Amino acid sequence: MDTGDFRAWVRESSRLITEQAGELTELDAAIGDGDHGINLRRGFQAAVEMLDDAEANTPGTVLTTVGRGLISKTGGASGPLYGTAFRQAGKSLGDVTDVDAARLGGALEAAFNGIQQLGAAREGDKTILDALGPAVTAYQVAVEKGGDLAAATRAAAEAADRGRHETGPMLARKGRASYLGERSIGHEDPGATSTALILNALATVAAGEAS
Amino acid sequence: MKKLINAPDGVLTDALIGFAAAYPDLTVNLEDRYISRGPTAGKVGLVSGGGSGHEPLHGGFVGYGMLDAACPGEIFTSPVPDQLLAATNAVDGGNGVLHIVKNYTGDVLNFQMAAELAGDDGTPVETVLVNDDVAVENSTYTAGRRGTGGTVFVEKIVGAAAERGADLAAAAAVGREVNERSRSFGVALSANVIPATGKPGFELGDTEIELGVGIHGEPGRQRGPITTAREIAGFALDAIHADMPLSGDVMVMVNGLGGTPLIELYVVYAAVAEWLEGHGATITRNLVGNYITSLEMAGCSITVARMTPDLTELWDFPVQTPALRWGR
Repeated sequence: MDTGDFRAWVRESSRLITEQAGELTELDAAIGDGDHGINLRRGFQAAVEMLDDAEANTPGTVLTTVGRGLISKTGGASGPLYGTAFRQAGKSLGDVTDVDAARLGGALEAAFNGIQQLGAAREGDKTILDALGPAVTAYQVAVEKGGDLAAATRAAAEAADRGRHETGPMLARKGRASYLGERSIGHEDPGATSTALILNALATVAAGEAS
Repeated sequence: MKKLINAPDGVLTDALIGFAAAYPDLTVNLEDRYISRGPTAGKVGLVSGGGSGHEPLHGGFVGYGMLDAACPGEIFTSPVPDQLLAATNAVDGGNGVLHIVKNYTGDVLNFQMAAELAGDDGTPVETVLVNDDVAVENSTYTAGRRGTGGTVFVEKIVGAAAERGADLAAAAAVGREVNERSRSFGVALSANVIPATGKPGFELGDTEIELGVGIHGEPGRQRGPITTAREIAGFALDAIHADMPLSGDVMVMVNGLGGTPLIELYVVYAAVAEWLEGHGATITRNLVGNYITSLEMAGCSITVARMTPDLTELWDFPVQTPALRWGR
């Protein structure tokens, strides 16, 4: 994937999140405070605008620019968490101009580690990590089996979708949903859902199918 | 939903324009989104912030004897680090800045990032985390206790300490002491409505109340049928007392959540006073009114702080802000 592909990933993510902002907000209303879709839509739209203005000429700078945009415009917990994820992923790419499957895997892992460290959460806590963790693993397995970038990102997106659905029966232990205790059970996590959208956007772009 | 707004996305900006017009002695920075006074040379700067929709918190507490700056986030959404950094720089009088943060994941993360950025710029920042809400258990299974009404006590008392010349470490220590001595419990009679969604934040039956509700409508300990103000106050105070035994001199706030008339808050205050007297505690200071609200949620929160003579003296220190003023 080159710089143009990474820009396309951000635009596709923004498109999906804008399209599904209502659904994300409804999921959040069930177990949080009902602003996840609104916030993330605002953050991604700002990130796309910042990217249009920025001279981001490597995949790494595209992602760090998006990370800064998300941190400075999103608010809530999702701004710092997603912002850190994109920044760490961008940093891990260094100066390379063409990202291969192995390097993208490293970037996804860096994103996971960034979120885990900042949010002090683990898989099973009903958070973003419950979609991102399985996605990173599925991605790496696909690469080890000789899959190319398109195959690996597709595997990651599918694992994120499964991970998102598996947050339904979980008990929330982080964020505002944790205050619900038992009442958080039965609702899918909005953060895991938005992560699945972003990884689906990645798979779409990697397959050369972005509009 | 019926609200006095122009457009759902423009509520915060329009409100800040109105705030600026109403309080010309304060500065409202619409670009970076903060309300401030100062800086005051040599004084520790006090910055607070959080999601909007809790007015008068925090902008209403900017002024002499209290905060130097407040950062309003979008409704129920924490402010962003850029905002907090701009406010921190604006009120740095050369002796560092204290961040007063309510314990919500978003607030904590954004303030943490801003503090790191300010530190990179050479401004020392200390943080006081407010987590006074006894309705949720502080365990590894939650994000910790929420910060609610105790925030008003912390901001007022630290504000006085800073005004009297406390250095950064001393101001932070006073803030932590007030937090440790404060406990809150909230009760909702109806839900709030966020302008952007236009829907109630949670569902509550016509005769149901949520005992232990959070200031964003997060659920508390249990739901029950509506009962008398006396019983509701007793439930809240029992919960507080079980966590922090109430005796000696106490300060009490009976706070409206936005949709409850003052007359009902006085009814609750009477019950609170009766309960405390019956348990041998003496109310030495009080607040009754809307200080930390949740849009139009009906209900109230009760906050109790165990006082010392030093803290009472700081509470009595003059204050001049839009929402709290005396002695000056």
